[in-house]
Amino acid sequence: MTSWGIIQQSLPMFEKGFVLTLWLSFIGIIGSILVGLICSLLQYFKVPIFHQIATVYVEISRNTPLLIQLFFLYYAFPVIGIKFSAQLCGIIGLIFLGGSYMAEGFTGGFNGVSKGQLESGKAIGLSRWQLARYVIFPQGFSLSVPAMAANVIFLIKETSIFTVIAIPELTNTALDLIGMYYRSNEYLFVLVVAYAIILIPLSVILTLLEKRVRYGSFGN
Amino acid sequence: MDHSGISVLFEGTNFTRLLGGLWVTVKIAGIALILGLILGIVLGVLRTFRNRLLRLILRLYLEFFRIVPTVVLLFLFYYILPKQLNFNLPADQIATLVFALWVGAEMSDIVRGALISVPKHQRESGLAIGLNRHQLYRYVLIPQAITLEIPATINLATRVIKTTSLLMLISVMDVINIGQQIIEANNHTHPTGVFWVYGLIFLFYFLIDYPLSWWAKRLEKRRLERTNG
Repeated sequence: MTSWGIIQQSLPMFEKGFVLTLWLSFIGIIGSILVGLICSLLQYFKVPIFHQIATVYVEISRNTPLLIQLFFLYYAFPVIGIKFSAQLCGIIGLIFLGGSYMAEGFTGGFNGVSKGQLESGKAIGLSRWQLARYVIFPQGFSLSVPAMAANVIFLIKETSIFTVIAIPELTNTALDLIGMYYRSNEYLFVLVVAYAIILIPLSVILTLLEKRVRYGSFGN
Repeated sequence: MDHSGISVLFEGTNFTRLLGGLWVTVKIAGIALILGLILGIVLGVLRTFRNRLLRLILRLYLEFFRIVPTVVLLFLFYYILPKQLNFNLPADQIATLVFALWVGAEMSDIVRGALISVPKHQRESGLAIGLNRHQLYRYVLIPQAITLEIPATINLATRVIKTTSLLMLISVMDVINIGQQIIEANNHTHPTGVFWVYGLIFLFYFLIDYPLSWWAKRLEKRRLERTNG
């Protein structure tokens, strides 16, 4: 069969993988942003005990590979009686990893708000909460957008590792097809194109977004 | 026979085998980093030149390695190099090549970013005292850029080390692959062995990466303190 025929035949399967990759990425990214925001707030306000827990979590998650985190969730946890489906493991793993990356991004943003802004806020008599609400968050959040954009792309790419616990996302679909029909050129081509379809428009959109929020950062 | 799971780590040569696997992992990451750093510095300098075509090609190279996930890159080289180009390499060398090209791409962006953020008056002063382009880069731009780029480079190194976990996918005998073999071989006698073996590998990665990322953070903090006064 011609290469084109092979590709056409495989498209319905790739379509399923494509949708699953998008769906898992979406949930993972939303979850990561929530976890990251909570952790960075705990760290910023130095909430006793919780801020140490957040720091330990961030360091463990940031300094270990997703693949081992997934193996641990999927193969080791059932030994101590905790069992999740492969897809749930994937989502939990992605949020566990992404949460720390997002937390670092937000923390960087909050710490990037210039001292002059903080001092001016204090000088006009803002309380600690008001300072956070009206000065630090709006500016810190827009400062952290570039990091967040990079993390979004990073997390989508990381979903390719889900193949190790046999979640039928894009990479897994391609590897399965190669295993069955030995047409590696065709299937890898479709795979690269599929990731390009997701990531190229997204990175263009995110770059535009970065340019827009740059207006939001005061005094630059 | 029921053993407590942790003893699987110390039975026979299991522990030394795991350390051997870790060495394979570290070696591939190390060689790839060195090659990639050299490649990245050359490409990064080239990307600050005026030649548009050259800049476009290098930009496309970077974007390709940014957009394609590393798992996919590994398989691309693993399947296509031998078949299409008749270029047979063992899996560990293919992995080293992929990582080196990837590090080169990322590094070129770090180097370029650092070079263009050296203050303009430095470049102009250099030109004013009659330095040629080679001298300008050698004595003015690169030494100043290096201090700017060290934290980002260390962070890249931690990423490479984490990404070596993917080596098992193209059947390199790395620490995870050996871990899996030990788990399978001892599954009957040590049913909870899986917990300890993966736990140990988890710890290995953490012990390598944590000091590096701590160091990068400290350097970055110091640099910020210096620039913000």
